[in-house]
Amino acid sequence: MWRHGRKRPAMTESRPILETRGLTMRFGGVVAVDNVDFSLAEGELRCLIGPNGAGKTTFFRCLTHQYKATSGQVFYRGDDITGSHTHQIARRGIGIKTQVPSVFDGLDVRENIWLSARRNHKDREANRVVDEILERIGLSHLAHKLVGQLAHGERQGVELGIVLTGDPELILLDEPTAGMTHEEVHRTTEMIREINRTASLIVVEHDMQFIKAIANKVTVFNQGSILVEDTMENVLKNQEVRDVYLGKREVA
Amino acid sequence: MKIALDLKSWNTRGLIFVGVLMLALLFAGPQVFDLFVLLKVILFVSTAMLALSMAFIWGFGGILCFGQSAFFGIGAYAYAIGVINIGESTVPILLSVLVPAAFAMLLGYFMFYGRLSDIYLAVVTLAVTLIFYAFMRSTSGEEYRIGNARLMGFNGISSIPEFNWPGYPNSPLWPDDIFYVATTLLILVYFGLRILLRSHFGRVVVAIKENETRAEYLGYDVRFYKTIAFSIGAGIAGLAGCLFVSFNNFINPDVFALGLAAQIIMWVLIGGVGTLVGPMLGSLGLQMLYNWLGTQSFVSFLNTYLVFGAIIIIFVLAVPQGLQPTARLLALRFLPFTRPPEEADVAARAKAAGDD
Repeated sequence: MWRHGRKRPAMTESRPILETRGLTMRFGGVVAVDNVDFSLAEGELRCLIGPNGAGKTTFFRCLTHQYKATSGQVFYRGDDITGSHTHQIARRGIGIKTQVPSVFDGLDVRENIWLSARRNHKDREANRVVDEILERIGLSHLAHKLVGQLAHGERQGVELGIVLTGDPELILLDEPTAGMTHEEVHRTTEMIREINRTASLIVVEHDMQFIKAIANKVTVFNQGSILVEDTMENVLKNQEVRDVYLGKREVA
Repeated sequence: MKIALDLKSWNTRGLIFVGVLMLALLFAGPQVFDLFVLLKVILFVSTAMLALSMAFIWGFGGILCFGQSAFFGIGAYAYAIGVINIGESTVPILLSVLVPAAFAMLLGYFMFYGRLSDIYLAVVTLAVTLIFYAFMRSTSGEEYRIGNARLMGFNGISSIPEFNWPGYPNSPLWPDDIFYVATTLLILVYFGLRILLRSHFGRVVVAIKENETRAEYLGYDVRFYKTIAFSIGAGIAGLAGCLFVSFNNFINPDVFALGLAAQIIMWVLIGGVGTLVGPMLGSLGLQMLYNWLGTQSFVSFLNTYLVFGAIIIIFVLAVPQGLQPTARLLALRFLPFTRPPEEADVAARAKAAGDD
């Protein structure tokens, strides 16, 4: 019921929804993202993990043109979006949730969701969508509260609501459970599973329990490049990954 | 666009209150004030309009333009040059809005599409108004003329015809009529901005002020919205300049100088960033203070700008939100009859959203 008129191509392994080729981001002498070839299949849910400073967030920002990649390309459904502006990328149906909730703190919850709903819908329709989303994220009772006054977990919820309202086909989630209570993590897990029925997702996370609960395939970042790409089970067994996390030795 | 007229809503009551006050001023003005005061009030109305333009782009658009005086001046000169050439005031009044709006669109295009950061935007806009100041002062020569209008450099253009009845160049408006026109325009601009701020466009502009990155993530082209908002603000400032000239019959390059540029910021800062009525009252208060200081003998010891500087420091330290939000919070706190059901919520919202 969230796909308002947008055609959804059949799920095929042949054509990835998102792909990067040789994506590199340098800050002066530091190579934050180093020649990354990444591919996400239609309908897939992928987790990105890696120690702090591995380049996960920078990689995200290059995807959405928050950072202009030093070299390499990003393809969305086969189109080169490397040079597109953030708002153009967003209009293609990519929803973004940032590490620190990026919401409109000075506006109330309803207005936050409405701003997202009104982009794709006419006025009356937008109001209806807002009601639905508020119900779905369980924040109807806080509709007229300023977002800036809410608890951290609730603000995370508002941001997720904003993203869902945009009816995206690909969602980038940067640490969606950070600062959430146990119960909120549980609810978010359920919600991400539900979202995955209609959209592809890339999730950056640290919470291993959470990743186990949602992910099939995990990509491990280290020092700006992809170390391993495998199932969660195999990743946890992988000695190289253990070393990176425990810092036993440098992995080039 | 849906405009909720919920009489129980606190914002609607505030709007009605402001509307009644403004209409009272409109109809009572010429009956109550003598000619001298009436002319002063016309000046105040024009500066209130200028304050309104800054209140909009800064308080709601988050654009700290340090050179709003440039658009005021361009509007004033556009009217002056237009009316001297055409000999009739209707088209020049339109020019006074359109010329600064178009100029702001061009300037905004380079600033916003060039991703200029806020601090550079303030510097660039200040530089723009000072460039106009320097340039207009150097136009004394005979060769600086546009049609029949000589620019006259630092001496300024004098004997500028005031408004006339549309289509009747030979029947100028009396001060009473100019007062009616100016005040009506102020009311229209105020409520026009209120309607704009409730529209999709206005709500996006406010959202961009709140969080530019999130607005982009939603797919809004931030650069476009900012450029248009900036241009609307410039058009309003230009109209203020036009009213200023019509009352003064005179314009000189001092409108582009640092003094006015800084004062506009002060009006909004004192009145309350994020409100519309506050900055209008701020401009009124500071103008009256300025006039009063001019009549006092101790001013020879005490520079006017020193007093203004002290006021700024006091406000930034003691009343950082400005007059209107503070008055509103105090009213909600101490006047029981003003207290709506969800008082804490409304007070907090008033603080953040600054609706009046």
